Amino acid sequence: MSRIQTTFQRLQAEGRKALIPFIVAGDPDAELTVPLMHSLVAGGADIIELGVPFSDPMADGPVIQRASERALAKGMSLARVLDIVRAFRVEDAVTPVVLMGYANPIEAMGAAVFPDVAGKAGVDGVLVVDYPPEQCVEFTASVRAAGLDQIFLLAPNSSEQRFRDVARAGSGYLYYVSLKGVTGAAHLDLDEIARRIPRIRTVAGMPVGVGFGIRDAEIAKQVGSVADAVVIGSRIVEEIEASPRDRICANVETFVRGVRVKLDELAGA
Amino acid sequence: MVSVQQQYPFPDAQGYFGPYGGIFVAETLMPALEELRTAYETYRKDAAFIAEFEHELKHYVGRPSPVYHARRLSEKLGGAQILLKREDINHTGAHKVNNCIGQALLAKRMGKPRVIAETGAGQHGVATATVAARFGFRCVVYMGTEDIARQTANVYRMKLLGATVVPVESGSRTLKDALNEAMRDWVTNVSDTFYILGTVAGPHPYPEMVRDFQTVIGRECLTQVPEIFGRQPDMVIACVGGGSNAIGIFHPYIPYENVRLIGVEAAGEGIETGRHSAPLTSNARAGVLHGNRTRLMQDENGQIVETHSVSAGLDYPGVGPEHAWLKDSGRAEYVAVTDAEALDAFHALCHFEGIIPALESSHALAQAMKLAPTLLRDQLLLVCLSGRGDKDMHTVAERSGIRF
Repeated sequence: MSRIQTTFQRLQAEGRKALIPFIVAGDPDAELTVPLMHSLVAGGADIIELGVPFSDPMADGPVIQRASERALAKGMSLARVLDIVRAFRVEDAVTPVVLMGYANPIEAMGAAVFPDVAGKAGVDGVLVVDYPPEQCVEFTASVRAAGLDQIFLLAPNSSEQRFRDVARAGSGYLYYVSLKGVTGAAHLDLDEIARRIPRIRTVAGMPVGVGFGIRDAEIAKQVGSVADAVVIGSRIVEEIEASPRDRICANVETFVRGVRVKLDELAGA
Repeated sequence: MVSVQQQYPFPDAQGYFGPYGGIFVAETLMPALEELRTAYETYRKDAAFIAEFEHELKHYVGRPSPVYHARRLSEKLGGAQILLKREDINHTGAHKVNNCIGQALLAKRMGKPRVIAETGAGQHGVATATVAARFGFRCVVYMGTEDIARQTANVYRMKLLGATVVPVESGSRTLKDALNEAMRDWVTNVSDTFYILGTVAGPHPYPEMVRDFQTVIGRECLTQVPEIFGRQPDMVIACVGGGSNAIGIFHPYIPYENVRLIGVEAAGEGIETGRHSAPLTSNARAGVLHGNRTRLMQDENGQIVETHSVSAGLDYPGVGPEHAWLKDSGRAEYVAVTDAEALDAFHALCHFEGIIPALESSHALAQAMKLAPTLLRDQLLLVCLSGRGDKDMHTVAERSGIRF
């Protein structure tokens, strides 16, 4: 069983929801990313989504675009992201790490070799935003062969047939994009989420995380009341952007802990 | 709409031209692309749709555009005869409007009240703003701030036509970033918005659909050139950024095996300097950008690199997937000409023919001017003069040290 599946099983047994923060590797610089990942865990993260910066992040809003530009300006690359994961694994052998990014850096490294290299570095899952399942069949097979989970996105306008197709290709969890838009947008429709998630979970037979547009602990709690996992990205990246370098880890940890506490109120309910 | 498809089965049902093309987008766009594909499959065979498209091309765009024999220029070069397919005479001044009419008619039938577009040189933005006014759509055009600075007249034209021009500050602030931003808009407003993509790139069905709307260029040439010269040309030459005018003129000639097809990319300051926009000529690796797999200018880590060209319309790191395939298959050949060569061709056409060409089209012309003197007088070079150069006055004047 994968580290991701183990994590969801444990949380389910505890009646708790997964908290999945997202940061961009190399933002603000490579040296700070590993300590920041440990801070996420200390604050209560169950899984870390680590963004692989790309020059043309089409699905991302301005906050994550800026983070990607900062990381790339300091020389971040997919190979160096894997170095970061290796360094993180020295102290943390438990917390699953999912790389989230775009197809081209993976294809530049070699889509056939990447899953194996990533698995050996300590990566648990990959989410390639611009790889819909039917476009990456061979890649998905390599990801499985390497023992990793491939996480796919579902959108508010995805059909029920699409839930099935995506669920068949993916494993670990599904990532439901909570709004029509880019990351960090601010018009999330909680009623729509509450209506869709139970159906997706039934059809997909795996945990469903919700992300895009979750900006505070209260919304996280409301989303957590229907979903298995809550993904928070842009809001944390804003915290990184707004903090002096020596306060970044502490500020991010405080923010994540605030969300954790709210989310765990659901466990007692 | 396209009869040669029987002999040339690309793209396949999944939108691939050999290994290139496909649908590489975030999940939110998948239903929108499926809706678009279904609508296009229906209307491309619909007699009323085709009739309306042809009516608009004739009465609004002013088609057919003539094929003009550039006699003085040909005389001066002392070799092959240069023929110009005059897309510059179209309403709005370039070939871009052909595709915009087609997509606008589709948007109308799909009930989308809002259209968006990306633009580099501004020609596609102007053409989109124009058809939006013509058909009563709300219109938003994304344009990199670098290009806005180079193309102020076109920005004003779009505003006159009622479009909102949104400056794009991210990345290299050129066409590729405008495309990213248009995609982001589409993801956000997918239910009421039609994305009028301006070139033969993007996710399936765009490369095929834009091609089909642009093949009017080549289909006209197929009858026009024999009417003047009694036969088809020896070579067809067109500039390639994304490559829509080139596909438009090449595609109907694909079954004519004796006709050489030559795509001309922007060599910028020279291929050897790395400061260019020529993914095919420089043998760039395949990769995924803007919804399709194609040849892409990228670094060893798969990051898209900045491109350079004096012409904003060619300043793009990728190329339409069908061009990548035509290159691999050997049916078309691709070369590049520098900024300086394109500017020389620009001035030559002004001087010898009284035609001010777009800097993009000047690249195709420059290649024809290189080839003509090496060929016989009875050989025919058909050049796609994809647009007029009014928009480039500022750039050319600045290069010549003149300030308005």
